[in-house]
Amino acid sequence: MSLRAHDLTLGYGGTPVVADLSLELPPGAVTAIVGANACGKSTLLRGLIRLLAPSSGAVLLDGTELARLGTREVARRLGLLPQSPSAPEGLTVEDLVARGRYPHQSWLQQFSRDDQHHIDWALEVTDTAALRRRSLDALSGGQRQRAWIAMALAQDTETLLLDEPTTFLDMAHQVEVLDLLADLNREQGRTIVMVLHDLNQACRYADHIVAMHQGRIHAQGPPSEVVDAEMVRTVFGLDVRVVPDPEEHTPMCVPAKRRRRRLDAPEQQPTVT
Amino acid sequence: MTRADPRPTSRRVPVRAGGFSRLLDLRLLAVCAGALVVGVVAIALSVSVGEFPIPLGDVAATLVGSGTFSDEFIIVGLRLPRALVGLGCGMALGVSGLIFQTLVRNPLAAPDIIGVTGGASLTGVAILILGAPPALLPLGAFAGAVASATLVYALAWRGGLSPYRLVLIGIAVAAVSVAGTQYLLVIGDLIDVQRAAVWLVGSLNGVTWAEFWPLFVGLVLLFPATAALARALDALSLSEESATALGVRVQRSRLGLVVVGAALAAFAVAAAGPIGFVAFIAPHLARRLTGLTGAAVLPATALVGGVLVMVCDLVARLVLAPVELPVGVVTAVVGAPFFLYLLHRANRPVRGG
Repeated sequence: MSLRAHDLTLGYGGTPVVADLSLELPPGAVTAIVGANACGKSTLLRGLIRLLAPSSGAVLLDGTELARLGTREVARRLGLLPQSPSAPEGLTVEDLVARGRYPHQSWLQQFSRDDQHHIDWALEVTDTAALRRRSLDALSGGQRQRAWIAMALAQDTETLLLDEPTTFLDMAHQVEVLDLLADLNREQGRTIVMVLHDLNQACRYADHIVAMHQGRIHAQGPPSEVVDAEMVRTVFGLDVRVVPDPEEHTPMCVPAKRRRRRLDAPEQQPTVT
Repeated sequence: MTRADPRPTSRRVPVRAGGFSRLLDLRLLAVCAGALVVGVVAIALSVSVGEFPIPLGDVAATLVGSGTFSDEFIIVGLRLPRALVGLGCGMALGVSGLIFQTLVRNPLAAPDIIGVTGGASLTGVAILILGAPPALLPLGAFAGAVASATLVYALAWRGGLSPYRLVLIGIAVAAVSVAGTQYLLVIGDLIDVQRAAVWLVGSLNGVTWAEFWPLFVGLVLLFPATAALARALDALSLSEESATALGVRVQRSRLGLVVVGAALAAFAVAAAGPIGFVAFIAPHLARRLTGLTGAAVLPATALVGGVLVMVCDLVARLVLAPVELPVGVVTAVVGAPFFLYLLHRANRPVRGG
């Protein structure tokens, strides 16, 4: 399984957000796409999963252009967890997860043994089996996110793309979600591609980091080779010190000591009445 | 914050045979069976009661072909088509309502948003007021509904269809249709205007087999189409992104669903005028009764919608007998408070953090 972009240009009309970007995502690895706000990382992810048609260039799945593959065919190989997914009111966890089976089903075949097996498995590994008959509205943010990941897992794709899967979660839930993704990668060899906001999380969980800056790739490679003070200054515009993470020994960025800024009140203009 | 789950669990049984498999929900099955029973009772009652009451025994005799001539005329000629048109309209409106509520992800939506009701009202009233042959009424209303839906769809299209734009354009087009309809009502002859007013509320008074057959053909064509699109409807109810990621051809499926939903409503309006609130209430009732959401509720919605219109029509015929109210008056009396109740409920915060 290989997912690759070549000379990819993406945009929403007007100036392209991603320009002439070529990228090969290492199969069987965890890749994190990082960068400042509006650097084009989410747009790149949308392009990689055909939510956005390229204005030039192409995305290749095992050497075939995405646009040439049937959308169902793509759906059996690439799964997505959108940034802020939404579900109709009252939908139960179980029914949500079952929707992940769409690309494997037909009108006649809507609950095969295979479907049942994958749904049960997805509920199990995401630790949502006990919540299966609960409605999504009634869950906490962390539980809900796990239910959505379960849906993406039920789709049974070799590659899973996630757009900021930890946003809006508290720290414990963030770690929980990232640990789950790491296990899926290590134990099942699934390729994980995620856009992450937090560079330290990216260093800790990713085998491969793609740092984007102004619609282009600034640097890519293993975190230990890519992440240094120089890169963070260019990509995020922030001065940091890079130290080894005390737990995992991956690079960890600590913002430089803060310089005080004087908050003098603006001089008052004489008022004329 | 979590709230108590209002949905009791229901037993589900996988059914598999060869290349066929479904997850059957027993509560859904029970609701459908219950609605069928109520439906049969409602049909029996509506052919039995009226200005010339016919005992249920004689109704049964007539239906097997051994009734008197007058009983047969009243039952088969007058009351049966009325009951069946009510049933068919309710089924069509319910399913149409469910399609639009799911498609635009708004529980308060109805086929009105695609302009069906407005367009049909305008052309229907035009036929009644401007002196066209009344026999043209169903065809004219149908044409108006289709033309208006096409206009809304075309105006809302911008390299793709966004449900949000659809709703806004629908409101605008409906406003224009209402203005046109009001104008016709102002310039019309008093007698014509009175007939138009009754038709505008939605009425089954005087419907015959001539109204039944086109509706029947419409349902036979459109229900299988709905079933074929049901899975895509479920995927689309998540979000455009999720649906694409699941392998749904979003624009094609959306077009199909809008066409089917609009056509269902158009057939209903052509047969009995724009009966209000049914398309809106039936899906909610079905969801409440079954504890399910999404396309799984389609069969229950159809049955609940059909029964709802028949029962409301029965009430409309009996409550001020011998005066027969238009059925739309009764559905509105039931529907308006229900609408307010849902609005009230929708304003309560339900999401957990």
